[in-house]
Amino acid sequence: MEARKRAASILTYTLLIVSFAVFVFPFFLMVVNSFKNNGEILESPFSLPTSLNFGHFAEVVDKMNFFVSFRNTVVITLLSVLLIGIFAAMTAYYMVRRPTKFNNGLFALMVASMIIPFQSIMIPLIYIYGAKLHWIDAAPIPLLIILYIGFGSALSIFMYHGFVKSIPYELEEASLLDGCTRPQTFFKIVLPMLAPTSVTIAILNVLWIWNDYLLPSLVLTKDQDFTMPIKMKVFNGTYMNNWELLIPALLLTILPILVAYLFGQRYIIRGVSQGAIK
Amino acid sequence: MITEKSRLKSLGNQLFFTGPTIIFFAIAVLIPFAYGLYLTLTDMTSPVNPIKFSGFGNYKTAFTDTAFWESMWLTVEFVVATVIIINILGFILAFLVTSGVKMQNFFRTALFTPNLIGGLILGYIWQFIFVQTLPSIGDKLGIEWLRLGWLGDEHLAFWAIVIVTIWQSAGYMMIIFVAGLVNVPKDVMEAATIDGANAWQRLRNVILPLMVPSFVVTVFLTLKNAFMVYDVNYSLTAGGPYGSTTMVSMHVVQKAFTENIYGVGQAEAIVLFIIVAVITGLQVYFSKRMEVAA
Repeated sequence: MEARKRAASILTYTLLIVSFAVFVFPFFLMVVNSFKNNGEILESPFSLPTSLNFGHFAEVVDKMNFFVSFRNTVVITLLSVLLIGIFAAMTAYYMVRRPTKFNNGLFALMVASMIIPFQSIMIPLIYIYGAKLHWIDAAPIPLLIILYIGFGSALSIFMYHGFVKSIPYELEEASLLDGCTRPQTFFKIVLPMLAPTSVTIAILNVLWIWNDYLLPSLVLTKDQDFTMPIKMKVFNGTYMNNWELLIPALLLTILPILVAYLFGQRYIIRGVSQGAIK
Repeated sequence: MITEKSRLKSLGNQLFFTGPTIIFFAIAVLIPFAYGLYLTLTDMTSPVNPIKFSGFGNYKTAFTDTAFWESMWLTVEFVVATVIIINILGFILAFLVTSGVKMQNFFRTALFTPNLIGGLILGYIWQFIFVQTLPSIGDKLGIEWLRLGWLGDEHLAFWAIVIVTIWQSAGYMMIIFVAGLVNVPKDVMEAATIDGANAWQRLRNVILPLMVPSFVVTVFLTLKNAFMVYDVNYSLTAGGPYGSTTMVSMHVVQKAFTENIYGVGQAEAIVLFIIVAVITGLQVYFSKRMEVAA
């Protein structure tokens, strides 16, 4: 029995270490090759760099106009996630506390909409807001944020809906009796209690919006509006196979979210697993 | 429950709480979806052309568009390959990181990392591996199938996309399975052990039936993601070589925005929607029926 347990644990470790290597290896390649020049990269992609040459990073930051696309991505992601969170919480709360036919129907409609593939709305989307109404020319970033709120609300409302149901109503009654209005009660009593769910929803939405490519690639047309994935795509097209620039560019693009993960990994992992259960 | 005394106040609250959501949801989803259904009945070729009603002609064209059905069939193959492998691998990984070995959290954290990064960027990272790294290993060790540039080969390029997709998603599904596994009641497991069930029997008769809710979620997510695959497809092969890896999503994008055949592209997108809706609907319906209580 002891021997079998030991064998099982050795097998488990071996499998885990092999999977670890497979999952981390591409990132390792990015890091070691970001300091090399083209000749070294092609000659020995696996070797550690001979010197820590940050020159390519500086070149990439400059050529990519990195900070502009970084700022755009931060602004778009933060505003979208914040607004989705607030509006979805308000709506889910009201739907639970006032289950009229209209509210129940709206809830059902939103849940059903979650199976619509983005591909089957993108053509009319671009047609209506580009060719017809010219919102894409006039205000691409606000339009993008509006669209994210629209696409993100269904799942977020669905998750808040489940959580609001578990909150007892007595607390709200007390606050209403004390003379608070319905909105005041929501913001002072209910919203703070939704905080753990809000964290989960925010994490799922950040992972999605920060990395999204197809929608911004259709809405953002000017260089100064580009998010990091779009900028990376353009950069890749310009420096095709020029790995000494492409690799540092890729590394810089993934660095912000990797750093965020380093600090918030516990919450992120928990957020993802809770997001799946609800 | 909310019972407002005055109707005005009631309407005010309804607008305050649900108004913003309704507006944004309508702008992003409802109006485009409804308008998209209408567009499929027009002969629209470009945004500036006047639209003329053309009945169901676009659907007829879509059903006879061999390139569309080739891309759809390729996508179905992609769906089958990725859904099966990702779920099996994700489950095995979840099993390993909950087995009680040291540093379980470290492994969970590391295996999840690819999910932090978007498919487009992951495709570019793997492009380096497929274009530069693997051929260089193949050269040094004399392994022929590594020396071939995978992305330039019509069959291997498909598997390159499958591999990157699995690598990207297995960690996410692992996290969902972990949540399910830690919820398997300890006493049920102990009872099964005392009754003499070996590890395989416990897995087969206790763990898997209790894990059905997790599988409902993971299969739904992997199905939906695989049908809609675009980013990895675009950045890894852009549909090449010779259009051999053009999945349905890329086909629709090209039809509308490159070839400027909006009406047909939209009709094909609606066909895609119907297929995805039917398949995910059936999947959730049938797997929900397999759920058991602990």
